[in-house]
Amino acid sequence: MSNSSIEKNMANAEKPETRDEFNVEIDGTVGSPFVDNPKMSSRNCDVFYADKQAIFNVNLDIAKHEIIAMIGPSGCGKSTYLRVLNRMNDTIPICRVTGEHTLDGEDIYAKNQDPVLLRARVGMVFQKPNPFPKSIYDNVAYGARLHGLAANRSELDDLVEASLIKAGLFKEVKDDLLKPGTGLSGGQQQRLCIARAIAVDPEVILMDEPTSALDPIATALIEELMDELKANYTIAIVTHSMQQAARVSQRTAYFHMGHLVEVNDTKTVFTNPEHKLTENYITGRFG
Amino acid sequence: MELGQHISQRYNEELEDIRNKVLKMGGIVESRSENAIKSLLTRDTALAKSVIGSDTIVDLMEVDIDDDCIQMIARRQPAAGDLRLVFAVGKVITDLERIGDEAEKIASYAKKLAKKKAVGGMHAELAHLSELALQLLHDTLDAFARLDDQQAVTIITKSAKINQEFNSLSRLLITHMMEDSGNIKNVLRITWCARSLERIANYSVNISEHIVYLVKGKDIRHANIDEVLSEYFDDENHALEL
Repeated sequence: MSNSSIEKNMANAEKPETRDEFNVEIDGTVGSPFVDNPKMSSRNCDVFYADKQAIFNVNLDIAKHEIIAMIGPSGCGKSTYLRVLNRMNDTIPICRVTGEHTLDGEDIYAKNQDPVLLRARVGMVFQKPNPFPKSIYDNVAYGARLHGLAANRSELDDLVEASLIKAGLFKEVKDDLLKPGTGLSGGQQQRLCIARAIAVDPEVILMDEPTSALDPIATALIEELMDELKANYTIAIVTHSMQQAARVSQRTAYFHMGHLVEVNDTKTVFTNPEHKLTENYITGRFG
Repeated sequence: MELGQHISQRYNEELEDIRNKVLKMGGIVESRSENAIKSLLTRDTALAKSVIGSDTIVDLMEVDIDDDCIQMIARRQPAAGDLRLVFAVGKVITDLERIGDEAEKIASYAKKLAKKKAVGGMHAELAHLSELALQLLHDTLDAFARLDDQQAVTIITKSAKINQEFNSLSRLLITHMMEDSGNIKNVLRITWCARSLERIANYSVNISEHIVYLVKGKDIRHANIDEVLSEYFDDENHALEL
C-alpha cells in the first residue's frame, strides 16, 4: 500500500463526526450480518491508523461458498476491512486492528498464526493487475514453490495448468507459458493474478475492485469466473460498481464512514434496502 | 419516500417527469370515466359519443410512458425505490389504460340505452355503484400522487363493498329479466355497464397494490388483506374505515 493511500485513509477516517449531515443515525448493523457455520467471522472489529479510527465495531460473518460484495463510498472502510481478513494491514506500521477474527473458528490474529500461511489460505486479488516480472508459468508457480506444494516438475506443471484452467486463461496462454506475464492484456493479467492466487489452494479469495481497471468484456469474463469459483472457494469482493455487486454476489454489505450499516441478501439490498443510507447510496442520492 | 435528491439533477427530472405523466394520464382516465357514467345516467348521447372518440390519447400516453420507463432502465439502472417506481408505473399505466377501455364500453352502452325506454329504478341503482367506483378511482389516483401507502391499503379494504353492491345489483337485474323478457336486451346492457364499473374498481385496487409495493417494497397481491394490515400497517387506522 502506498503512502498516499494511507494518507487518504487517514484523512477519511476523520470524517465519522460529520455523518450527522445525513440526519440518519447509524446504530449497529441492520439486516443479517450473521450466518450459521461461517467460513470467516469478525466480532467487534475496530481499525485505527495511528490515532484515527477507520472502522467502528464491525460484526460480520462470511458464509462458505458465498460471494459477498462490500460496497460504499470512497473512504468508507470497505477495503480496510477486506485487508483485515488476511492481515494485509500488518504491513502498515501505524495500522492497528482489534476484535476477534476467525477462519473456520480459528483466530487469525493469534500469536502463533503465520501471516504468510494465512495469506495462502486467504488469497487476494488487487485492483491493478500486479503480475511479477516473470514468465506466465513462474507467476502461477511462485506460491506453490514458496509453500512447497509440488514434489517435482511434473506436479508443478499440472498445478500451473490446473490453476490457469480454473482462472479461464489456459486456452489463451498455453503456447506462451514462458513469455512474461506483464505482456498480457489487462484482463488476462488479472486472470493470471487469480490463477496465481488459486495455485496455492486458498479457501477464501479477497478481491479488491478486481475489474475497475478492465473493459466490460474482460470484466464479464472475471465475473463469470467468480461464479464458477464460488463452487470451491469463498469470495469477498470490494467493488465501486453497484451493478457488479448486484450481478455477482449473494449477500451485500454496505459500509458508510467506517460503519457496517447493512448486510442483506443482494436481492433485498437492491430492491428494498432496510437502511436509509443504503438506499441513498445505491440510488445515487448523496452517497 | 422521495423522488428527488439524486446527485444527478437530470435523473431527478426524469423520474419526476414520468410521475407527472402518470398523474396526467390518471386525470384523463378519471375524467373519461366520469363523463361515461354521466352520459349513462343522464342519457346524454352527445357526451357518450365524445368519450367513445377520445381513447387514442390514453393509448398514446401508455406507449409514451412505457418508453420512458424502458429508457430509464437502460440508461440509469435504477435501484431500490427508483426501480420500484419504474416497475410500478409500468403496471399502473396498464391498469389505467384498461380503465379507459371500460369507460369507453360504458359510453357505448350509454349511447344505445339513451334511445330506449328506461328500465324502472335501474339508473338509481347504477348511480350508487358508479359513485363507489369513481370514488375508489379518485382516491387511488390521489394515493399515487401523494405516494400514500396507508390510503392505498384503505382502498383495498373498501373494495369488498363494491363487490357486494355489484352482486345485489345483479340479483335485481335478474329479477327484471324474469319479470319481463322484453327487458332482457336492455337489462343485459345495464349488466355490462355494472360489470365495467366493477372492473374499474378492481383496476383501482390493482393500482393501490402497486402503490403499496412502490412505497413499502412489499408485494401484497393475492395476499390476505387482514394479514397484510397486521404485518405491514398500523391496522387500527383501517378498522374505522371498514
